[in-house]
This record gives sequence, structure tokens and C-alpha cells, in this order.
Amino acid sequence: MNTHATQTLDARGMNCPLPILRTKKALSGLNTGETLAITSTDPGSIKDMQAFCKQTGNELVSSDANQGEFVFLVRKA
Amino acid sequence: MGAIDKIIPSNLHKSQLDQWFDQRFESKMAEREAAHVPSLAIIATKGTLDWAYPPFILASTASALGWDVSIFFTFYGLELLKKDLHLEISPLGNPSMPMKMPFGPQWLKDINWKIPNVVMAGMPGFEKMATGLMQQTVKNNGVASIEELRSICIEADVKLVACQMTVELFGHSHDAFIPEIQDWIGAASFLPVAQKSDVCLFI
Repeated sequence: MNTHATQTLDARGMNCPLPILRTKKALSGLNTGETLAITSTDPGSIKDMQAFCKQTGNELVSSDANQGEFVFLVRKA
Repeated sequence: MGAIDKIIPSNLHKSQLDQWFDQRFESKMAEREAAHVPSLAIIATKGTLDWAYPPFILASTASALGWDVSIFFTFYGLELLKKDLHLEISPLGNPSMPMKMPFGPQWLKDINWKIPNVVMAGMPGFEKMATGLMQQTVKNNGVASIEELRSICIEADVKLVACQMTVELFGHSHDAFIPEIQDWIGAASFLPVAQKSDVCLFI
């Protein structure tokens, strides 16, 4: 888990569309420029997170895959 | 063109005017597109556990993307708005539905039980069992329950509207439904919403 993020979200074990819904909810509690680190195990979340950020204007700072876990860093717009 | 000729200075060539207009048009259209909030209108007509997922998954995801979402529940779709959800699934006449055990060793889970229709139809409680197995499979895979997805939709201001005609047709009582239903309407009221939407789905 990324310790530099303002907030972290554990979405492991959740399946589509829960990781995106939880991300949206967590982001709504952040201020502009703050970051959220999300960990998920749903392989579909890689593409979904890109699409979510593109559509909502939030910045997908990084997207990493590591032994079946996916870690995303999103900066709130 | 007469009126425009009067306001255009004579030294401005028509091609320059066209170029200016094209640029201006492009930038105004881009502005408009950026400010546009996409909208989704869903017509939900099915009341089984499997068919309950698509409307709620699409609606909750669209709302997370910042879209305006409305769902019109009609016919069996009204079951999805009951206070107490008793949604069932029927493998009968549903040949694409895998029949797999959600528990036990992996080799057992991998077996797709091809059960003849005549057995499914004749065995009492078969649908209850299939529903139980499906609920367990959903849970094992970290897929949200219908109750959970519905609450997320309500929280996210998805507009839930219900068909008044169906209530009368099937003799339902308004009291059996969740209070978050925003309106009881007919086709004539939902069609204009569907007309204005960017995406309209019949499920």
C-alpha cells in the first residue's frame, strides 16, 4: 500500500463495479490535489480505473500490477 | 444572405468569414460538449436474481462516472423495488446458466451439472436450491448483493421511478415498495426522459 497517499482504499476481494463505486465514494471525501491509493484484485479494475479517471477528470497517477494485486494512485481533480 | 451582406464590411472576403465561423463553431461545440452531463435511462422489466444485476450495476457505475441516471421499473421489474427482496433464479429454460457448486474441492466446483429440464421441472424446491447456490457464488466472488447495489444507487441520487399500471395490473400495494421511489408514472411520462438521454437501455 502506498504510504504517500492522502488516503488508502482496500478493494481487495471486491468485484465489478464495487472497486469503482468505492473509489468514487472515497474521492468525494478528499480535497482537490489530494491522492487516493487503491488496492484491488479484480483484473477488470485496470481498464475500469482508466475509464473512470478519463470520464471524471481525476488524474490516474500510476497503475501497477503486483502478484495478482493492482495498485492505483488517483489524484482528485 | 441579404441581411448578412449589409453587416459584413466590403473588404472582408467570404472565405475569411467562413474560416472565422468554422473556428468559432468548433470552439463553441467543444465548450458545449465539455459542459454536457451524460445521461442514462434504463427500463427494467425483469424480476429474477440474474436479471436484477444489469440495471443496478450499470446505474450505480454511471452515477460514479457523474452521469444523470433514471430507471423506470415496469412489469416484473417492480420486484426489484420491494422492501423485502425475494429474488429467485430459474435454471429451467435458461440453458446458458452454469450449474456449478460454489463449495467443495476445486474438481467438484469445476463440474457443470447438465441437468435435464424434465428433472428441474419435476423436482420440488429446485429453484430455491439454484437461488441459494447463486447467492453463495455471488458472495464467494466478491460481487455485491442486489440490496447493496440498490442502496448505492439511492445514495447516488439515481432516480427510481415505477410503473403505476403494473401496480394495478398485478394488484400490488404501494406499501410493499421502498419509500425512495420518486414517482409512480406511465409510459408517457418516461418516454420524454428516454428521448433526452444519451444512453437508453431496455433490460
